[in-house]
Amino acid sequence: MFLCMIGRAVTRRKRKFLMTAGTVALGISLATAMLNVMLDVGDKVNQALRTYGANITVEPRGAALLGDLYGIGEGEGVADKFLLEAELPRIKTIFWAFNIVDFTPYLDVQAEAEGIGKVTLLGTWFARRLDIPTGESVDAGIINLKSWWDVQGPWLKDDDADGVMVGGLTADRYNIRIGDRIRVEVEDRTGEKRGTELTVRSLFHSGDKEDGVLLAPLAVVQRLSGLEGRVRRIEVSALTTPENDLARRAAQNPNSLSRHEWEIWYCTAYASAIAFQIEEVLTESRAKPVLQVAASEGAVLQKTSLLMLLLTVLSLACSALAVAGLVTAGVMERSTEIGLLKALGAGDWEIVLLILTETLASALVGGAVGYVAGLGLAQVIGQSVFGAAVSAKGLVIPLVALLVLAVAAGGSLPACRMLLRLRPAEVLHGR
Amino acid sequence: MKNILELHDVSMVYGSVTALRNITLSIRQGEWTAIMGSSGSGKTTLMNVVGCMNKPTHGTVILDGEKISRLNAKELTAIRRDRIGLIFQEFHLISYLTAVENVMLAQYYHSMADEEEALQALERVGLGHRAGHLPRQLSGGEQQRLCIARALINHPKLILADEPTGNLDESNQAAVLEIFHKLHDAGSTIIVVTHSPEVAEHAERIVQLEFGRMVRDGAPARPMVA
Repeated sequence: MFLCMIGRAVTRRKRKFLMTAGTVALGISLATAMLNVMLDVGDKVNQALRTYGANITVEPRGAALLGDLYGIGEGEGVADKFLLEAELPRIKTIFWAFNIVDFTPYLDVQAEAEGIGKVTLLGTWFARRLDIPTGESVDAGIINLKSWWDVQGPWLKDDDADGVMVGGLTADRYNIRIGDRIRVEVEDRTGEKRGTELTVRSLFHSGDKEDGVLLAPLAVVQRLSGLEGRVRRIEVSALTTPENDLARRAAQNPNSLSRHEWEIWYCTAYASAIAFQIEEVLTESRAKPVLQVAASEGAVLQKTSLLMLLLTVLSLACSALAVAGLVTAGVMERSTEIGLLKALGAGDWEIVLLILTETLASALVGGAVGYVAGLGLAQVIGQSVFGAAVSAKGLVIPLVALLVLAVAAGGSLPACRMLLRLRPAEVLHGR
Repeated sequence: MKNILELHDVSMVYGSVTALRNITLSIRQGEWTAIMGSSGSGKTTLMNVVGCMNKPTHGTVILDGEKISRLNAKELTAIRRDRIGLIFQEFHLISYLTAVENVMLAQYYHSMADEEEALQALERVGLGHRAGHLPRQLSGGEQQRLCIARALINHPKLILADEPTGNLDESNQAAVLEIFHKLHDAGSTIIVVTHSPEVAEHAERIVQLEFGRMVRDGAPARPMVA
């Protein structure tokens, strides 16, 4: 009989049922979209931020230590320590390999350039295809890592043995144009000078210290300096999880963590954990997260997530309020019917159960429709804000189910209070 | 015959309005009583007190040997469900349930819905052929007969009818009164609240109220109509 009443109430009062379902659908669609975007926004924001450069730098252990202790940087006579270029593919074999978006090595040497004088000659990969130990191939290099650089002319190719890119500052100061030829000489480790003539293929503006250098393929710089197979520094761009207290403690000293904390830290994509794992695969290396970048990412993510959460809560609150209005109006409209049920002997809880079940039935229908609509809305938000699809997170389904229950129960509360106070004599006889 | 209902010095006050004043009344089992009075005389208030929908401000009400005037709302609901059959002037049927489902609703809250028994109840009031119809598809008389079937389905000790013929034409009024006669003949205790002397004359006893006071208690002036 109970189900019969619910079924009849639903089928014979379709308009009210659909209005409640529609209200819940609106709220749940927004909540679904926001929750999906919120759970995916970390990756999306990370990917967006990754286009603005590296967030981990790797240096030889000794050089990094001197740099840390005395502020002595590269090119100041301390840099007899190098990393091995042959080990670089190992970066893509760490636990968080899939989070490594890009990386590139650097080798900087002091050169004597004709018409310029002393200048830094910086060697790097441009778009190197690497065969990694897992059997896969990946592309790595500065072209993707520094995608915001303003380059006039083409990027160099890694096998271009006599090409060079000139930083904007140097080009302006010495009036260097594309197509000019520059003779450079580098003193190798034995003191012997090696020289070659390079053609300016392009000019670039990085907005950073690279604007003063000559940029050449890594192999060219290695050959001129006699440092074949060596690199001075590696920049890594990785998708990371915002740093927290655990990550900060681990970054200072991983040995200070308990075993359980260590496992959590190691298996979470904190910049410090990824840096630690890079150190594990590169001989005598010291990998450091770029803290400003990591902190900014954390702040951006935190604020974006908070905004999404607020929108979710607001949309659900609005939905619950609207449902409350509809259900309360429904109870007022049906006060005679409810009074009659009480007069016939229905207990308060039986009537509350009836109203709750009716509301829940419409909320479930609305919730299902809202979930599907929310997935669509999430894609619209993903494409318009991040230019990428937002993946449907499984976690959202139980969350949405709970939210539907909460909206239905919360929305029914005022109505339930009202019907508990309702006295049959008043509604049936006006006394 | 023992008393099925006893009211001792019952008063009912709403704010500054006294709706019932010191009513003392006994109704015997199987008796058909009409409560008469003009608007505002306290008829409906008395029905609400007897029907366990209101508690008196003062006095004692004993129904079927149980003092109901001091029971809480939950206990009053149980008394109403188990011992009283209510018939309303405005029928108060559930609009989205069919005739048989409206009868089964009273069964459901009493014990267990039984469609067969509900259909038999409809047959008894001449509505067997209308079992699958919605209330809006029934005439006023049919709706009132449906209301009577619903009131009788749980075999109540007391049938309380509030202006049962108030919204009916002459022929439907006659049909309803005929059902009451059959119920009375079968031993049911009936209290009919009415302002119509014609309806009251069918009862074997008339209680007249004025301004909340009982001003008359006796047999109808004219011979009862069979």
